[in-house]
Amino acid sequence: MLIHPADDILPSEITPPEIYRERRRFMQGLGVLAAGAALGAAPDAEAGVKLAGVRASAYKLDEDKTPYKDVTTYNNFYEFGTGKGDPAENAGSLKTRPWTVAIEGEVSKPGIYDIDTLLKLAPLEERVYRLRCVEGWSMVIPWVGFPLREIIRRAEPTGNAKYVEFVTLNDPRQMPGQRSRVLDWPYVEGLRLDEAMHPLTLLAVGLYGEVLPNQSGAPIRLVVPWKYGFKSAKSIVKIRFVEKPPLTAWMRAAPREYGFYSNVNPQVDHPRWSQAKERRIGEFFKRDTLMFNGYGAQVAELYRGMDLKKFF
Amino acid sequence: MPIPLRQPKAWIALVCLLPLVRLIVLGGSGGLGANPIEFITRSTGTWTLVGLLVTLSVTPLRRLTGRADLIRYRRMLGLFAFFYAGLHFITYIWLDQFFDPAAIAKDIIKRPFITIGFTAFLLLIPLAVTSTHAMMRRLGRRWKQLHRLIYLIALLGVVHYLWLVKKDLSEPLIYGVALALLLVMRLPWGVTLLQAARSRFVAARHRVGKAGAHGAGSAQ
Repeated sequence: MLIHPADDILPSEITPPEIYRERRRFMQGLGVLAAGAALGAAPDAEAGVKLAGVRASAYKLDEDKTPYKDVTTYNNFYEFGTGKGDPAENAGSLKTRPWTVAIEGEVSKPGIYDIDTLLKLAPLEERVYRLRCVEGWSMVIPWVGFPLREIIRRAEPTGNAKYVEFVTLNDPRQMPGQRSRVLDWPYVEGLRLDEAMHPLTLLAVGLYGEVLPNQSGAPIRLVVPWKYGFKSAKSIVKIRFVEKPPLTAWMRAAPREYGFYSNVNPQVDHPRWSQAKERRIGEFFKRDTLMFNGYGAQVAELYRGMDLKKFF
Repeated sequence: MPIPLRQPKAWIALVCLLPLVRLIVLGGSGGLGANPIEFITRSTGTWTLVGLLVTLSVTPLRRLTGRADLIRYRRMLGLFAFFYAGLHFITYIWLDQFFDPAAIAKDIIKRPFITIGFTAFLLLIPLAVTSTHAMMRRLGRRWKQLHRLIYLIALLGVVHYLWLVKKDLSEPLIYGVALALLLVMRLPWGVTLLQAARSRFVAARHRVGKAGAHGAGSAQ
Protein backbone atom coordinates (compact mmCIF):
# COMPACT_ATOMS: atom_id res chain seq x y z
CA MET A 1 0.00 0.00 0.00
CA LEU A 2 1.22 3.40 -0.88
CA ILE A 3 1.04 5.99 1.83
CA HIS A 4 1.31 9.53 0.60
CA PRO A 5 3.45 11.72 2.73
CA ALA A 6 1.63 14.73 4.12
CA ASP A 7 3.53 17.17 1.91
CA ASP A 8 1.75 15.65 -1.12
CA ILE A 9 -1.03 18.15 -0.51
CA LEU A 10 -0.47 21.27 -2.53
CA PRO A 11 -0.87 24.47 -0.56
CA SER A 12 -3.49 25.50 -3.15
CA GLU A 13 -5.62 22.53 -2.16
CA ILE A 14 -5.98 23.67 1.42
CA THR A 15 -9.13 25.67 1.91
CA PRO A 16 -8.50 29.06 3.45
CA PRO A 17 -10.50 29.41 6.66
CA GLU A 18 -12.62 32.31 5.43
CA ILE A 19 -13.80 30.29 2.42
CA TYR A 20 -14.33 27.27 4.63
CA ARG A 21 -16.47 29.33 7.00
CA GLU A 22 -18.34 30.83 4.07
CA ARG A 23 -19.15 27.34 2.81
CA ARG A 24 -20.33 26.39 6.24
CA ARG A 25 -22.61 29.37 6.31
CA PHE A 26 -23.88 28.44 2.84
CA MET A 27 -24.56 24.91 4.01
CA GLN A 28 -26.32 26.34 7.00
CA GLY A 29 -28.52 28.30 4.63
CA LEU A 30 -29.29 25.09 2.76
CA GLY A 31 -30.09 23.46 6.08
CA VAL A 32 -32.69 26.11 6.76
CA LEU A 33 -34.11 25.69 3.24
CA ALA A 34 -34.40 21.98 3.79
CA ALA A 35 -36.38 22.82 6.91
CA GLY A 36 -37.04 19.89 9.15
CA ALA A 37 -35.28 17.54 6.78
CA ALA A 38 -33.37 15.44 9.27
CA LEU A 39 -31.55 13.92 6.31
CA GLY A 40 -28.08 14.89 7.30
CA ALA A 41 -27.68 18.56 6.48
CA ALA A 42 -28.53 19.84 9.96
CA PRO A 43 -27.48 23.44 10.57
CA ASP A 44 -24.07 23.76 12.11
CA ALA A 45 -24.48 23.92 15.85
CA GLU A 46 -20.93 24.88 16.67
CA ALA A 47 -20.23 27.74 19.01
CA GLY A 48 -18.80 30.76 17.30
CA VAL A 49 -20.83 30.28 14.11
CA LYS A 50 -22.62 33.45 13.13
CA LEU A 51 -26.37 33.32 13.62
CA ALA A 52 -28.25 34.34 10.50
CA GLY A 53 -31.01 36.94 10.36
CA VAL A 54 -30.46 38.52 13.78
CA ARG A 55 -32.37 41.78 14.11
CA ALA A 56 -31.30 44.72 16.18
CA SER A 57 -33.65 45.57 19.03
CA ALA A 58 -34.50 48.53 21.19
CA TYR A 59 -32.77 46.81 24.12
CA LYS A 60 -29.41 48.54 24.06
CA LEU A 61 -27.24 50.02 26.77
CA ASP A 62 -24.94 53.00 26.95
CA GLU A 63 -22.38 50.85 28.75
CA ASP A 64 -19.32 49.10 27.42
CA LYS A 65 -19.95 45.49 26.55
CA THR A 66 -17.87 42.94 28.45
CA PRO A 67 -15.30 41.44 26.05
CA TYR A 68 -16.27 38.11 24.47
CA LYS A 69 -13.26 36.44 26.06
CA ASP A 70 -14.31 37.43 29.58
CA VAL A 71 -17.97 36.51 28.97
CA THR A 72 -16.94 33.04 27.83
CA THR A 73 -14.13 32.23 30.28
CA TYR A 74 -15.50 33.53 33.59
CA ASN A 75 -18.62 31.50 34.25
CA ASN A 76 -20.66 29.94 36.98
CA PHE A 77 -22.03 26.72 35.54
CA TYR A 78 -21.60 24.10 38.27
CA GLU A 79 -22.54 21.30 35.86
CA PHE A 80 -18.99 21.71 34.57
CA GLY A 81 -17.21 22.45 37.86
CA THR A 82 -17.33 25.13 40.51
CA GLY A 83 -14.29 27.14 39.40
CA LYS A 84 -14.90 30.16 37.19
CA GLY A 85 -12.65 28.72 34.46
CA ASP A 86 -14.03 25.16 34.71
CA PRO A 87 -17.02 25.61 32.36
CA ALA A 88 -14.86 26.93 29.51
CA GLU A 89 -12.45 24.07 30.08
CA ASN A 90 -14.94 21.20 30.50
CA ALA A 91 -18.03 22.12 28.49
CA GLY A 92 -16.65 20.55 25.31
CA SER A 93 -18.28 17.26 26.32
CA LEU A 94 -21.78 18.75 26.04
CA LYS A 95 -23.56 17.70 22.84
CA THR A 96 -26.06 20.31 21.75
CA ARG A 97 -27.44 18.26 18.82
CA PRO A 98 -29.81 16.50 18.85
CA TRP A 99 -31.56 18.56 21.54
CA THR A 100 -35.17 18.89 22.49
CA VAL A 101 -37.07 21.04 24.96
CA ALA A 102 -40.20 19.54 26.49
CA ILE A 103 -43.07 21.92 27.21
CA GLU A 104 -45.40 20.32 29.71
CA GLY A 105 -47.63 20.72 32.74
CA GLU A 106 -50.56 23.09 32.93
CA VAL A 107 -50.81 23.91 29.22
CA SER A 108 -53.34 23.14 26.50
CA LYS A 109 -50.63 22.47 23.95
CA PRO A 110 -47.76 20.54 25.48
CA GLY A 111 -45.09 19.32 23.14
CA ILE A 112 -41.49 18.52 22.49
CA TYR A 113 -39.67 21.12 20.45
CA ASP A 114 -36.55 20.33 18.52
CA ILE A 115 -33.86 22.96 19.04
CA ASP A 116 -33.73 23.72 15.32
CA THR A 117 -37.47 24.35 15.35
CA LEU A 118 -37.04 26.65 18.35
CA LEU A 119 -34.37 28.61 16.50
CA LYS A 120 -37.00 29.45 13.88
CA LEU A 121 -39.92 29.87 16.25
CA ALA A 122 -39.62 33.63 16.44
CA PRO A 123 -37.34 36.23 14.88
CA LEU A 124 -33.97 36.32 16.62
CA GLU A 125 -32.99 39.69 18.06
CA GLU A 126 -29.94 41.09 19.76
CA ARG A 127 -30.46 42.42 23.27
CA VAL A 128 -27.73 44.00 25.34
CA TYR A 129 -28.46 43.27 29.00
CA ARG A 130 -26.66 43.76 32.28
CA LEU A 131 -25.91 40.53 34.13
CA ARG A 132 -25.46 40.76 37.89
CA CYS A 133 -24.13 37.70 39.68
CA VAL A 134 -25.22 37.10 43.27
CA GLU A 135 -21.49 36.95 44.11
CA GLY A 136 -21.07 40.68 43.45
CA TRP A 137 -19.73 40.96 39.91
CA SER A 138 -21.44 42.00 36.72
CA MET A 139 -21.13 42.03 32.94
CA VAL A 140 -22.84 43.61 29.94
CA ILE A 141 -23.69 40.96 27.36
CA PRO A 142 -25.19 41.18 23.87
CA TRP A 143 -27.48 38.14 23.83
CA VAL A 144 -29.27 36.76 20.80
CA GLY A 145 -32.66 35.20 21.33
CA PHE A 146 -36.38 35.74 21.48
CA PRO A 147 -38.81 36.53 24.30
CA LEU A 148 -39.86 33.51 26.36
CA ARG A 149 -43.47 34.64 25.97
CA GLU A 150 -43.35 33.50 22.34
CA ILE A 151 -43.24 29.90 23.54
CA ILE A 152 -45.64 30.47 26.41
CA ARG A 153 -48.23 31.96 24.05
CA ARG A 154 -48.03 28.92 21.78
CA ALA A 155 -48.28 26.49 24.70
CA GLU A 156 -51.50 28.15 25.96
CA PRO A 157 -51.16 27.90 29.76
CA THR A 158 -54.30 26.81 31.59
CA GLY A 159 -55.83 28.75 34.48
CA ASN A 160 -53.84 26.59 36.89
CA ALA A 161 -50.49 27.69 35.50
CA LYS A 162 -49.12 30.16 38.06
CA TYR A 163 -45.41 29.40 37.83
CA VAL A 164 -42.95 28.17 35.24
CA GLU A 165 -40.21 25.70 36.06
CA PHE A 166 -37.02 25.36 34.02
CA VAL A 167 -34.95 22.20 34.11
CA THR A 168 -31.35 21.89 32.90
CA LEU A 169 -29.98 18.74 31.26
CA ASN A 170 -29.00 16.05 33.77
CA ASP A 171 -26.33 13.83 32.26
CA PRO A 172 -23.07 13.37 34.18
CA ARG A 173 -21.41 11.90 31.09
CA GLN A 174 -21.83 15.19 29.29
CA MET A 175 -21.71 17.36 32.39
CA PRO A 176 -18.79 16.14 34.50
CA GLY A 177 -19.59 18.56 37.34
CA GLN A 178 -22.76 16.56 38.03
CA ARG A 179 -20.64 13.69 39.31
CA SER A 180 -20.11 15.81 42.39
CA ARG A 181 -23.09 16.34 44.70
CA VAL A 182 -22.42 20.04 45.08
CA LEU A 183 -26.05 20.71 44.07
CA ASP A 184 -29.06 18.43 43.86
CA TRP A 185 -29.21 17.70 40.13
CA PRO A 186 -30.87 18.49 37.85
CA TYR A 187 -30.60 22.25 38.17
CA VAL A 188 -34.08 23.68 38.56
CA GLU A 189 -35.13 27.30 38.36
CA GLY A 190 -38.49 29.02 38.32
CA LEU A 191 -40.39 32.20 37.59
CA ARG A 192 -43.86 33.44 38.36
CA LEU A 193 -45.95 33.27 35.17
CA ASP A 194 -46.12 37.07 34.87
CA GLU A 195 -42.32 37.28 35.22
CA ALA A 196 -41.95 34.61 32.55
CA MET A 197 -44.37 36.53 30.29
CA HIS A 198 -42.51 39.81 30.80
CA PRO A 199 -41.12 41.17 27.52
CA LEU A 200 -37.63 41.45 29.05
CA THR A 201 -37.45 37.70 29.77
CA LEU A 202 -35.40 36.18 27.01
CA LEU A 203 -34.62 32.71 25.73
CA ALA A 204 -31.08 33.13 24.43
CA VAL A 205 -29.46 30.97 21.76
CA GLY A 206 -26.45 33.16 21.08
CA LEU A 207 -24.19 35.96 22.20
CA TYR A 208 -22.16 38.48 20.24
CA GLY A 209 -24.15 37.44 17.16
CA GLU A 210 -22.88 33.88 17.33
CA VAL A 211 -24.16 30.50 18.50
CA LEU A 212 -23.89 30.21 22.31
CA PRO A 213 -20.70 28.54 23.46
CA ASN A 214 -21.44 25.49 25.61
CA GLN A 215 -20.11 27.15 28.76
CA SER A 216 -22.68 29.92 28.37
CA GLY A 217 -25.63 27.52 28.47
CA ALA A 218 -25.91 26.18 24.92
CA PRO A 219 -28.01 25.45 23.06
CA ILE A 220 -30.76 27.42 24.78
CA ARG A 221 -30.90 29.28 28.07
CA LEU A 222 -32.95 31.76 29.99
CA VAL A 223 -31.91 35.38 30.56
CA VAL A 224 -33.81 37.32 33.23
CA PRO A 225 -31.82 40.55 33.48
CA TRP A 226 -33.37 41.99 36.65
CA LYS A 227 -32.62 38.89 38.71
CA TYR A 228 -29.32 37.45 39.93
CA GLY A 229 -27.59 35.39 37.29
CA PHE A 230 -28.35 31.99 38.79
CA LYS A 231 -32.06 32.49 38.03
CA SER A 232 -31.26 32.27 34.32
CA ALA A 233 -31.20 28.50 33.84
CA LYS A 234 -28.82 27.16 31.19
CA SER A 235 -28.94 24.26 28.71
CA ILE A 236 -32.69 23.88 29.24
CA VAL A 237 -34.42 20.59 28.43
CA LYS A 238 -37.77 21.14 30.09
CA ILE A 239 -40.18 24.01 30.69
CA ARG A 240 -43.02 23.01 32.97
CA PHE A 241 -46.07 25.07 33.91
CA VAL A 242 -47.13 24.49 37.49
CA GLU A 243 -49.49 25.77 40.15
CA LYS A 244 -47.04 25.99 43.08
CA PRO A 245 -43.70 27.81 43.17
CA PRO A 246 -41.01 25.34 42.07
CA LEU A 247 -38.33 24.41 44.60
CA THR A 248 -35.25 25.74 42.86
CA ALA A 249 -31.80 24.16 43.10
CA TRP A 250 -30.36 27.00 45.15
CA MET A 251 -33.36 27.18 47.49
CA ARG A 252 -32.88 23.48 48.15
CA ALA A 253 -29.15 24.00 48.75
CA ALA A 254 -29.38 27.04 51.05
CA PRO A 255 -32.93 28.25 51.72
CA ARG A 256 -31.77 30.99 54.07
CA GLU A 257 -29.49 32.50 51.44
CA TYR A 258 -31.39 32.14 48.17
CA GLY A 259 -35.06 32.98 47.80
CA PHE A 260 -37.46 32.24 44.97
CA TYR A 261 -37.48 35.81 43.65
CA SER A 262 -33.77 36.69 43.88
CA ASN A 263 -34.33 40.07 42.29
CA VAL A 264 -31.23 42.23 42.14
CA ASN A 265 -31.65 44.48 45.16
CA PRO A 266 -28.87 46.60 46.68
CA GLN A 267 -30.89 47.02 49.88
CA VAL A 268 -31.27 43.34 50.66
CA ASP A 269 -27.92 41.80 51.43
CA HIS A 270 -26.93 38.20 51.02
CA PRO A 271 -26.69 36.86 54.60
CA ARG A 272 -22.91 36.65 54.21
CA TRP A 273 -22.05 39.61 51.99
CA SER A 274 -23.31 43.00 50.90
CA GLN A 275 -25.19 43.46 47.63
CA ALA A 276 -24.86 47.26 47.62
CA LYS A 277 -22.01 47.30 45.12
CA GLU A 278 -20.67 45.21 42.32
CA ARG A 279 -17.49 44.86 40.35
CA ARG A 280 -18.14 45.21 36.64
CA ILE A 281 -15.74 42.80 34.96
CA GLY A 282 -12.99 44.86 33.38
CA GLU A 283 -13.42 47.84 35.73
CA PHE A 284 -11.24 48.77 38.66
CA PHE A 285 -13.66 50.60 40.94
CA LYS A 286 -16.80 48.97 42.20
CA ARG A 287 -20.05 50.53 41.07
CA ASP A 288 -23.33 50.86 42.92
CA THR A 289 -25.74 48.05 42.24
CA LEU A 290 -29.01 49.31 40.79
CA MET A 291 -32.45 48.29 42.03
CA PHE A 292 -33.71 45.48 39.78
CA ASN A 293 -30.31 45.74 38.07
CA GLY A 294 -31.47 49.01 36.45
CA TYR A 295 -34.69 47.53 35.02
CA GLY A 296 -36.98 48.98 37.69
CA ALA A 297 -38.96 51.10 35.23
CA GLN A 298 -39.98 47.93 33.41
CA VAL A 299 -40.41 45.42 36.23
CA ALA A 300 -41.04 47.21 39.56
CA GLU A 301 -44.76 46.96 38.83
CA LEU A 302 -44.57 43.16 39.11
CA TYR A 303 -43.71 43.44 42.80
CA ARG A 304 -45.93 46.30 43.90
CA GLY A 305 -46.97 45.96 47.52
CA MET A 306 -44.58 43.11 48.19
CA ASP A 307 -42.04 43.25 51.02
CA LEU A 308 -38.87 42.53 49.07
CA LYS A 309 -36.95 41.79 52.28
CA LYS A 310 -39.36 38.98 52.95
CA PHE A 311 -39.67 37.83 49.34
CA PHE A 312 -35.94 37.95 48.61
CA MET B 1 23.49 11.43 51.29
CA PRO B 2 21.74 14.53 50.00
CA ILE B 3 24.08 17.38 49.31
CA PRO B 4 23.45 19.99 51.98
CA LEU B 5 22.41 23.34 50.60
CA ARG B 6 24.82 26.03 51.43
CA GLN B 7 22.18 28.63 52.20
CA PRO B 8 18.98 26.75 53.06
CA LYS B 9 17.34 29.86 54.47
CA ALA B 10 17.91 31.84 51.29
CA TRP B 11 16.50 29.00 49.20
CA ILE B 12 13.42 28.68 51.39
CA ALA B 13 12.90 32.44 51.19
CA LEU B 14 13.08 32.29 47.40
CA VAL B 15 10.52 29.50 47.29
CA CYS B 16 8.26 31.46 49.64
CA LEU B 17 8.41 34.41 47.26
CA LEU B 18 7.26 32.37 44.26
CA PRO B 19 3.52 32.98 44.80
CA LEU B 20 4.16 36.73 44.75
CA VAL B 21 6.41 36.45 41.69
CA ARG B 22 3.69 34.44 39.96
CA LEU B 23 1.10 37.14 40.65
CA ILE B 24 3.42 39.83 39.32
CA VAL B 25 4.23 37.84 36.16
CA LEU B 26 0.57 36.99 35.55
CA GLY B 27 -0.44 40.59 36.23
CA GLY B 28 2.13 41.86 33.75
CA SER B 29 1.01 39.45 31.04
CA GLY B 30 -2.75 39.87 31.55
CA GLY B 31 -3.00 36.34 32.92
CA LEU B 32 -5.10 37.10 36.00
CA GLY B 33 -8.35 36.37 34.15
CA ALA B 34 -11.59 38.30 33.88
CA ASN B 35 -11.63 39.31 37.54
CA PRO B 36 -8.01 40.07 38.51
CA ILE B 37 -8.85 41.52 41.91
CA GLU B 38 -10.72 38.37 42.90
CA PHE B 39 -7.77 36.33 41.62
CA ILE B 40 -5.28 38.29 43.74
CA THR B 41 -7.53 38.13 46.81
CA ARG B 42 -7.98 34.37 46.45
CA SER B 43 -4.31 33.75 45.77
CA THR B 44 -2.92 35.78 48.67
CA GLY B 45 -5.53 34.23 50.99
CA THR B 46 -4.63 30.73 49.86
CA TRP B 47 -0.91 31.30 50.39
CA THR B 48 -1.54 32.75 53.85
CA LEU B 49 -3.28 29.52 54.80
CA VAL B 50 -0.56 27.42 53.22
CA GLY B 51 2.06 29.48 55.07
CA LEU B 52 0.30 28.95 58.40
CA LEU B 53 0.01 25.21 57.82
CA VAL B 54 3.65 24.90 56.74
CA THR B 55 4.71 26.80 59.86
CA LEU B 56 2.60 24.47 61.96
CA SER B 57 4.17 21.41 60.35
CA VAL B 58 7.70 22.28 61.54
CA THR B 59 7.26 20.82 65.02
CA PRO B 60 5.70 17.51 63.89
CA LEU B 61 8.41 17.24 61.23
CA ARG B 62 11.08 17.71 63.87
CA ARG B 63 9.58 14.96 65.98
CA LEU B 64 9.26 12.71 62.97
CA THR B 65 12.78 13.21 61.65
CA GLY B 66 14.61 14.03 64.85
CA ARG B 67 16.17 16.99 63.13
CA ALA B 68 16.04 19.70 65.75
CA ASP B 69 17.65 22.25 63.43
CA LEU B 70 14.40 22.55 61.45
CA ILE B 71 13.28 25.03 64.10
CA ARG B 72 15.65 27.54 62.51
CA TYR B 73 13.28 27.98 59.58
CA ARG B 74 10.06 28.33 61.52
CA ARG B 75 10.31 32.05 62.18
CA MET B 76 10.81 32.84 58.52
CA LEU B 77 7.92 30.60 57.44
CA GLY B 78 5.66 32.27 59.97
CA LEU B 79 6.72 35.70 58.80
CA PHE B 80 5.95 34.73 55.21
CA ALA B 81 2.46 33.67 56.31
CA PHE B 82 2.12 37.12 57.86
CA PHE B 83 3.49 38.71 54.68
CA TYR B 84 0.81 37.06 52.53
CA ALA B 85 -1.85 37.85 55.13
CA GLY B 86 -0.76 41.49 54.87
CA LEU B 87 -1.00 41.40 51.07
CA HIS B 88 -4.41 39.75 51.39
CA PHE B 89 -5.58 42.48 53.79
CA ILE B 90 -4.20 45.27 51.58
CA THR B 91 -5.90 43.76 48.55
CA TYR B 92 -9.14 43.84 50.47
CA ILE B 93 -8.97 47.40 51.78
CA TRP B 94 -7.36 48.89 48.70
CA LEU B 95 -8.46 46.98 45.60
CA ASP B 96 -11.74 45.64 46.91
CA GLN B 97 -13.07 48.40 49.16
CA PHE B 98 -10.91 51.23 47.91
CA PHE B 99 -10.16 52.74 51.34
CA ASP B 100 -13.82 53.37 52.09
CA PRO B 101 -13.62 53.33 55.91
CA ALA B 102 -17.40 53.29 56.38
CA ALA B 103 -17.83 50.35 54.03
CA ILE B 104 -14.89 48.49 55.58
CA ALA B 105 -16.15 49.03 59.13
CA LYS B 106 -19.62 47.87 58.15
CA ASP B 107 -18.18 44.85 56.37
CA ILE B 108 -16.06 43.84 59.35
CA ILE B 109 -18.97 44.11 61.75
CA LYS B 110 -21.69 42.66 59.55
CA ARG B 111 -20.01 39.90 57.55
CA PRO B 112 -19.04 37.01 59.80
CA PHE B 113 -16.40 35.69 57.37
CA ILE B 114 -14.75 39.11 57.22
CA THR B 115 -15.00 39.56 61.00
CA ILE B 116 -13.19 36.27 61.42
CA GLY B 117 -10.57 36.94 58.77
CA PHE B 118 -9.90 40.38 60.19
CA THR B 119 -9.58 38.97 63.72
CA ALA B 120 -7.11 36.38 62.50
CA PHE B 121 -5.06 39.09 60.81
CA LEU B 122 -5.05 41.26 63.97
CA LEU B 123 -3.93 38.30 66.06
CA LEU B 124 -1.04 37.66 63.68
CA ILE B 125 0.40 41.14 64.25
CA PRO B 126 1.67 40.58 67.84
CA LEU B 127 3.21 37.29 66.74
CA ALA B 128 5.10 39.00 63.92
CA VAL B 129 6.17 41.85 66.20
CA THR B 130 7.49 39.47 68.88
CA SER B 131 9.27 37.19 66.45
CA THR B 132 12.75 38.62 67.06
CA HIS B 133 15.36 37.04 69.33
CA ALA B 134 15.31 40.10 71.57
CA MET B 135 11.56 39.78 72.08
CA MET B 136 11.86 36.05 72.72
CA ARG B 137 14.38 36.74 75.48
CA ARG B 138 12.34 39.57 76.91
CA LEU B 139 9.09 37.62 77.03
CA GLY B 140 10.63 34.40 78.31
CA ARG B 141 8.01 31.79 79.05
CA ARG B 142 5.21 34.11 78.03
CA TRP B 143 6.57 34.12 74.47
CA LYS B 144 5.57 30.51 74.02
CA GLN B 145 2.14 31.13 75.49
CA LEU B 146 1.61 34.09 73.18
CA HIS B 147 2.71 32.20 70.10
CA ARG B 148 0.24 29.42 70.81
CA LEU B 149 -2.22 31.88 69.27
CA ILE B 150 -1.23 30.46 65.90
CA TYR B 151 -3.51 27.46 66.57
CA LEU B 152 -6.47 29.80 66.92
CA ILE B 153 -5.35 31.93 63.97
CA ALA B 154 -5.11 28.95 61.63
CA LEU B 155 -8.51 27.76 62.79
CA LEU B 156 -10.01 31.21 62.15
CA GLY B 157 -8.36 31.19 58.73
CA VAL B 158 -10.02 27.92 57.76
CA VAL B 159 -13.42 29.10 59.05
CA HIS B 160 -12.95 32.37 57.12
CA TYR B 161 -12.52 30.33 53.95
CA LEU B 162 -15.39 27.95 54.76
CA TRP B 163 -17.83 30.81 55.29
CA LEU B 164 -17.00 32.71 52.15
CA VAL B 165 -17.53 29.99 49.55
CA LYS B 166 -20.96 29.81 47.98
CA LYS B 167 -21.44 26.08 47.97
CA ASP B 168 -18.44 23.93 47.13
CA LEU B 169 -16.80 23.31 50.50
CA SER B 170 -14.25 20.79 49.25
CA GLU B 171 -11.26 23.13 49.11
CA PRO B 172 -11.68 24.79 52.52
CA LEU B 173 -12.31 21.34 53.98
CA ILE B 174 -8.96 20.11 52.65
CA TYR B 175 -7.28 22.89 54.63
CA GLY B 176 -9.45 22.02 57.62
CA VAL B 177 -8.38 18.38 57.53
CA ALA B 178 -4.71 19.33 57.16
CA LEU B 179 -4.98 21.66 60.14
CA ALA B 180 -6.79 19.03 62.22
CA LEU B 181 -3.99 16.53 61.48
CA LEU B 182 -1.31 19.04 62.42
CA LEU B 183 -3.10 19.81 65.69
CA VAL B 184 -3.68 16.14 66.54
CA MET B 185 0.03 15.50 66.11
CA ARG B 186 0.59 17.88 69.01
CA LEU B 187 -1.60 15.95 71.44
CA PRO B 188 0.24 13.50 73.70
CA TRP B 189 -1.19 10.66 71.63
CA GLY B 190 0.01 12.26 68.40
CA VAL B 191 3.46 12.92 69.80
CA THR B 192 3.80 9.25 70.84
CA LEU B 193 2.72 8.21 67.38
CA LEU B 194 5.30 10.45 65.72
CA GLN B 195 8.02 9.17 68.02
CA ALA B 196 7.05 5.57 67.36
CA ALA B 197 7.15 6.22 63.64
CA ARG B 198 10.56 7.78 64.04
CA SER B 199 12.09 4.95 66.04
CA ARG B 200 10.74 2.42 63.56
CA PHE B 201 12.25 4.47 60.75
CA VAL B 202 15.59 4.73 62.54
CA ALA B 203 15.62 0.99 63.28
CA ALA B 204 14.85 0.20 59.63
CA ARG B 205 17.64 2.47 58.47
CA HIS B 206 19.97 0.85 60.97
CA ARG B 207 19.14 -2.60 59.61
CA VAL B 208 19.61 -1.45 56.02
CA GLY B 209 22.93 0.09 56.98
CA LYS B 210 24.08 -3.13 58.65
CA ALA B 211 22.93 -5.28 55.74
CA GLY B 212 24.72 -2.95 53.36
CA ALA B 213 27.94 -3.18 55.40
CA HIS B 214 27.63 -6.95 55.53
CA GLY B 215 27.00 -7.21 51.78
CA ALA B 216 29.95 -4.99 51.04
CA GLY B 217 32.09 -7.12 53.33
CA SER B 218 31.21 -10.40 51.67
CA ALA B 219 31.94 -9.00 48.22
CA GLN B 220 35.55 -8.41 49.05
